[in-house]
Amino acid sequence: MTDLTRFTIAQARDHLRKKDFTALELTDAHITAMEKHRHLNAFITETADLARERAKASDFRIKNSDAKPLEGIPLGIKDLFCTQGVQTTAGSHILKGFTPNYESTVSQKLRDAGSVMLGKLNLDEFAMGSSNMTSHFGNVVNPWKARGHSDDLAPGGSSGGSAAAVSAHLAMGATGTDTGGSIRQPAAFCGIVGVKPTYGRCSRWGVVAFASSLDQAGPMTRTVRDAAIMLNVMTGYDPKDSTSAAMAMPDVEAVLGKGVKGMKIGLPKQYRPDGLDAEVGTLWDKGAQWLKEAGAEVIEIDLPHTKYALPTYYIVAPAEASSNLARYDGVRYGLRVAGNSLDEMYAKTRAAGFGPEVKRRILIGTYVLSAGYYDAYYLKAQKVRALIAQDFVQAFAKVDAILTPTAPTAAFGLNDKVVDPVAMYLNDVFTVPASLAGIPGSSIPAGLTAHGLPLGLQVLTKRWDEETLFRVCQVLEDSAKFPGLIGES
Amino acid sequence: MSLDKATVRRIAHLARIEVPDADLDPMVKELTGIMNWIEQLKEVNTDAVAPMTGGTDMTLAWRKDTVSDGAQPEKVLSNAPDKHDHFFSVPKVVE
Repeated sequence: MTDLTRFTIAQARDHLRKKDFTALELTDAHITAMEKHRHLNAFITETADLARERAKASDFRIKNSDAKPLEGIPLGIKDLFCTQGVQTTAGSHILKGFTPNYESTVSQKLRDAGSVMLGKLNLDEFAMGSSNMTSHFGNVVNPWKARGHSDDLAPGGSSGGSAAAVSAHLAMGATGTDTGGSIRQPAAFCGIVGVKPTYGRCSRWGVVAFASSLDQAGPMTRTVRDAAIMLNVMTGYDPKDSTSAAMAMPDVEAVLGKGVKGMKIGLPKQYRPDGLDAEVGTLWDKGAQWLKEAGAEVIEIDLPHTKYALPTYYIVAPAEASSNLARYDGVRYGLRVAGNSLDEMYAKTRAAGFGPEVKRRILIGTYVLSAGYYDAYYLKAQKVRALIAQDFVQAFAKVDAILTPTAPTAAFGLNDKVVDPVAMYLNDVFTVPASLAGIPGSSIPAGLTAHGLPLGLQVLTKRWDEETLFRVCQVLEDSAKFPGLIGES
Repeated sequence: MSLDKATVRRIAHLARIEVPDADLDPMVKELTGIMNWIEQLKEVNTDAVAPMTGGTDMTLAWRKDTVSDGAQPEKVLSNAPDKHDHFFSVPKVVE
């Protein structure tokens, strides 16, 4: 029998309905793959028993012709989404033992759509990182290797476990969250599709908060169609999130194949700095050529405030994080380290519970919000953020979509020690501007480096225009004919 | 922009994170590096710019101020590191 983990979500959906195999067989195949690939450290918590139980329920519904949109599809859930009765860690020691009594809206929607949760996926601690190396549960290993080398590579981050699991066929799809590139950059590093929808499309309720004005959930899959199928389910208004958009999500699966004929695509000149990696630049040119061949017009555009996006982000995101993470005080859940006073208990608990990157960001955030510095840093950053968002508004008056590289390099080695935090932050130079502007963005696997490592192209559109986003993504996918991870299953 | 040890100690106190003295020097260096890099925002003229305070331009929706959930103390307390009856327990606050 064909290895069931080879199918896409769309293919499996059709086979399940035709009863070519059962949901339980499909889930079992993925559980086997998950157990065989524990060395990737993609999962923090495996929920095989729960998965089998849900797969059996799916088979029952399929039998009764009551199949839901994702019926019987095995998915991984990033361990930032609260899952009822299943430990939720956010990759941090401070949430030790935390088992939510409730389900996040997004994971609930996926459950209601019939999908089967295989487990909770590893991530950078509180989603703060671009390498998955800040996780309290150890780094994830990228399933890809450079040709002729055995060195372990970083999967990117923060949704590194999600990207690795989908790339290695341990799950058919996974949820990710993206605050400054945490879906798109790991998708690029692991050669898969990642979509961050418009801010407000996916409810943030029940998702452990990092930076509330930036956090947005999205799908990570092996094909554009699969991402559309998942996103259709994950989005929608939720009264429990005050920033959830009260507008209907268009059916993005329905627009696939409509092409880009007559569209205008912008290439921002600021995304081609001196010293841009030659292979990344070449792939970007190739992507533009594909879109031209499909009937789009490609023009150069200007996003003048691009260089200020990263420093702006590193004020806004830590400021929001320092406030959001104030809740981890050892009182209501998670770790507690004893102290002689309440303050001492807080300080000892937080010292023991947070890792170095999280502490660094809390301290930066506390500093930029503190008396005397708020206007100089936080307010200033909010104003520059407005200019960055304005750049995109002006660009989208001229073009339908923007094409850029997703990340400045392919996956780096886990042993390439990055000692300077700022050097690590530069991984997100191409993804952060869209996060600040709240616009949708995706990464499409589009080519391989000379060493055989995946590179991604990023597509951006204006707010609420996921339809154009998916049309462009589909053309890029069709043109790139990206091979996916070839190797053991 | 250079942060000194006293400033980092003060921020750490505000953030309620205990920092051993031995960790202060490397922390001062890292945070100073990040803040220096952030300084470049001063180049941008933002005189007539309104701050962007959220991820979207939507206005928050109104809703009725009513109780929609609650009365489940066992669930609320189920993850508590220490509890008594229907209360979270903490070290003594008032002498």
